[in-house]
Amino acid sequence: MTANLTVKSIVDLVRSGKQTPTQLAAAYLDRTRSIAQKLNSHLHLDEAAALSEALAAEKRIHEIGAHRLPLAGVPVLVKDNICVRGSKTTCGSKILENYVATYDATVIKRLREAGAFVLGKLNMDEFAMGSSNENSAFGPVRNPWNLNYVPGGSSGGSAASVAARLAPVALGSDTGGSIRQPASFCGIVGLKPTYGTVSRFGLVAFGSSLDQIGPLTTTVEDAALVMDVLAGLDASDSTSVQHPQSDFARGLSENPDALKGMTVGIPEEFFESGLDSEVGACLERAIADVQRAGAKIKRVRLPNISYSVAAYYVIATAEASANLARFDGIRYGYRTKEAGLGLKDLYRKTRSEGFGQEVKQRIMLGTFVLSSGYYDAFYSKANKVRELISRDFDAVFDSGVDLILTPTSPTPPFKLGEKLSDPLAMYLSDICTIGVNLAGLPAISVPCGRTKAGLPVGMQLIAPKFNEQTLLNGAHAYERATEWHKDQPAI
Amino acid sequence: MNAQQNGTKTSRPSEAQVNKPQEATVLDRYEPVIGLEVHCQLKTKTKLFCGCSTSFGAMPNHNTCPICLGHPGVLPVLNAEVVNFAIRFAMAVDADIHEISVFARKQYFYPDLPKGYQITQFDLPYCTGGKMVLASGKAVRLMRAHIEEDAGKNVHGDESSYVDLNRAGVPLIEIVSEADIRNPEDAADYLKRLRSLVRSLDICDGNLEEGSFRCDANISIRPRGREQFGTRCEIKNLNSFRNIERAIKYEILRQADVLDQGQKVLQQTMLFDAASGKTQPMRTKEESHDYRYFPEPDLLPLRIDAARIEEQRKVLPELPEAMARRFQEQHALSNYDAAVLTSDKDLANFYEAVVKRVAGAVTEKIVANWVTSEYLREANNRSWDFINPPITSDHFGELMELIGKGVISGRIAKTLFEEMAEKGPGNGPNAMVQDQGLVQVSDTSEIRSVIDKVLDANPGQLAEYLGGRDKLFGFFVGQTMKISGGKMNPQLVNDVLKELLDARRKG
Repeated sequence: MTANLTVKSIVDLVRSGKQTPTQLAAAYLDRTRSIAQKLNSHLHLDEAAALSEALAAEKRIHEIGAHRLPLAGVPVLVKDNICVRGSKTTCGSKILENYVATYDATVIKRLREAGAFVLGKLNMDEFAMGSSNENSAFGPVRNPWNLNYVPGGSSGGSAASVAARLAPVALGSDTGGSIRQPASFCGIVGLKPTYGTVSRFGLVAFGSSLDQIGPLTTTVEDAALVMDVLAGLDASDSTSVQHPQSDFARGLSENPDALKGMTVGIPEEFFESGLDSEVGACLERAIADVQRAGAKIKRVRLPNISYSVAAYYVIATAEASANLARFDGIRYGYRTKEAGLGLKDLYRKTRSEGFGQEVKQRIMLGTFVLSSGYYDAFYSKANKVRELISRDFDAVFDSGVDLILTPTSPTPPFKLGEKLSDPLAMYLSDICTIGVNLAGLPAISVPCGRTKAGLPVGMQLIAPKFNEQTLLNGAHAYERATEWHKDQPAI
Repeated sequence: MNAQQNGTKTSRPSEAQVNKPQEATVLDRYEPVIGLEVHCQLKTKTKLFCGCSTSFGAMPNHNTCPICLGHPGVLPVLNAEVVNFAIRFAMAVDADIHEISVFARKQYFYPDLPKGYQITQFDLPYCTGGKMVLASGKAVRLMRAHIEEDAGKNVHGDESSYVDLNRAGVPLIEIVSEADIRNPEDAADYLKRLRSLVRSLDICDGNLEEGSFRCDANISIRPRGREQFGTRCEIKNLNSFRNIERAIKYEILRQADVLDQGQKVLQQTMLFDAASGKTQPMRTKEESHDYRYFPEPDLLPLRIDAARIEEQRKVLPELPEAMARRFQEQHALSNYDAAVLTSDKDLANFYEAVVKRVAGAVTEKIVANWVTSEYLREANNRSWDFINPPITSDHFGELMELIGKGVISGRIAKTLFEEMAEKGPGNGPNAMVQDQGLVQVSDTSEIRSVIDKVLDANPGQLAEYLGGRDKLFGFFVGQTMKISGGKMNPQLVNDVLKELLDARRKG
């Protein structure tokens, strides 16, 4: 039953009384039991907790009425770096292996208020650092389209679960592409909102100036429905803002052929060297489809985008080095078992044993770029580059472009272990997505094809700041013109 | 910058033997250069970035939440009242308030620092400049003041160490002076005035023992006449005005001794040990932290616009200098009395309450004399709190009235006041005077009969007096007062005695 459900159809079923949240929870848990293990997508599947959440949603629906709850009865899976009170929040790390969150993230509160409920917590790259979900302390997640392939990262558990229809929606977080790239690898929709649109309160920080929570869904309409609930000013997050647009889902239905008359910019930098030929072919066809849907195609340039990966790995690691300092074994989380250590050794041992290799590498990099004498050469300069990249995007949008179209990833999904020994190649997986985070823009990945081996390929659309409506409208119009989103992995 | 200990052993550079050269000769040869950093805990109800209470003395870790405990995923939200308090301070010292300032993360590992970084302001503080004028008339320029969060406290037990995070996230302003101070006395005066100021502003309770007003001192010395500054040392852990002066004096002598021995002063951080009265090296420059400051991405730049400043100007209380000027005019007090009374906002309020209470029964000058001498002496000896002193302004006013109306003599009043200070005011001075029969005798016939008895009982002295030894007048006054137990109105005793002696001379 659950295989063909969407957020939209669930809300309709619940409103018409054909399904209750507990029935839905039971159905999804059934499916999850047989599939999650193959994917290693779930970190905490507490069935009792999920059912009690479903019951609470049922109660709320009973009290308030399903028609007044935009996500009535919708089960949501949550990336394990988002706090859900009373449940473990490990961030895919040994250092938080037994950490139980003491409060709810703002997004969790908003989802529950809207009638949705938490079904479980999902695997991820440790502290959201990675592009393949191989950096989890709890083992890699597998791609439901082919278990020998990675699902992308860092929201690999979120993308694999939604692609395998273990929930209609999962929350992910995106610091440099961590929602969009796995969405693309798993053939689903992933939205990274404009920085500030969704509260970060309760999201364990990686790169604070880059992080955004967003939905992974199977349709653009579902992404719009969920965004309607997630977006909004939060007094607990000083960087959150009131989004100037609202009711994205209605905006979609009012403008189903939105691509007609739009100008879509194609940045040449993303189509030059390094692009996988199969991905390139999918994108060429997607561009043709977009054009057929009525959009004008315009070749554009983002002259500084080639510096984005370098700037990103300075800024994100600098912020991460501070954000991860709190994991010291003093108040909570893992502490070394070695007894009788002095304070410095306690810190050293705890953090050496508690963090994985990639996380330690990034903490060291971030510590270095902020060090006295290196700050100007790295951190200051990276921020200047960030400003230039931001201006490049502004210039393209100012030239009459409504949306920018790029591949989401320069390659299709790769095999587990394939890039582990080549961190630079791994970092370059994010080349198409990172600039968006540096500029704080909204972007979405939608499925746009499959490789000969049957693995999904995604297309990224990028909009100006706080123009999620145009972004969703364009993606929705593309989705209507194509069939890729209907494909499901045979798991 | 927050006091924090390293917790690890540091190799101590060989400390030069301090031979205690005479302070005067050292100061003849060397000029001290002193700059002070003061941390004022702001007395807002809640912490800087969360809604936890700032109250002192709660059970350990009671005033905490996920935010000030540094749990994963939390974010800071700036307490607007802290900014208002900080603006008031900046206005009171005539500093430049910046429209845009930026919070930064100062990173170091220590168990009392839950996030592994302190949120503070670094290269763009909310205010720069300003000055404090000392008793000596010298103006000490301020470099800057900035807003930051306090750390918690490590508590060391016999076998384990504990962390109390009640103080973590309590708002502070750090006030940094220029190196304008040239002697320990001015340093102490600067701090006293600063404390008085923040208390008048009602933004900090200025309690050194509880740590709501903390001072670090940067000290160097240079041969007199030389312009170039010497190498400075920072002294931490100064928790009383007396210790501040002691520590600075000691440090000056220590540095002079190092230089006199032909060695170089090492740039290091020192801890003052109040028991030995010495400063001890804590860490050297080489061991100092690289704090890796960078702008706090979780907070927007702080914006303080002109309208907000004007709003705070409206609620700015009367500042010590203005209050002292007003006291001189309104209460006809000397410069000195006005300065002493206004050195503490609560003492000033106490004085004005007494003046109001006595409503002219005694002069404001007499009240001032009593408050600055008798009252202040007891208050200091007994560590009274001027807000809720054991002897209230009502009782003290009652005492002043008794003097003013001639009910008791000044001498009796002093005895009575000391008794009140010792045992508590009971039902107040009026009742004490009645109960102990201390009412001053002003009945001239009673006085006359006592004096007659005194003269008759001392025929020898009387004869000498009548023979021209006028000095013996005092003897008769003393005898009379002694017999009356000090209760007779001294002016009347004088008058009647003179009258009776004159009569006997003529007689």
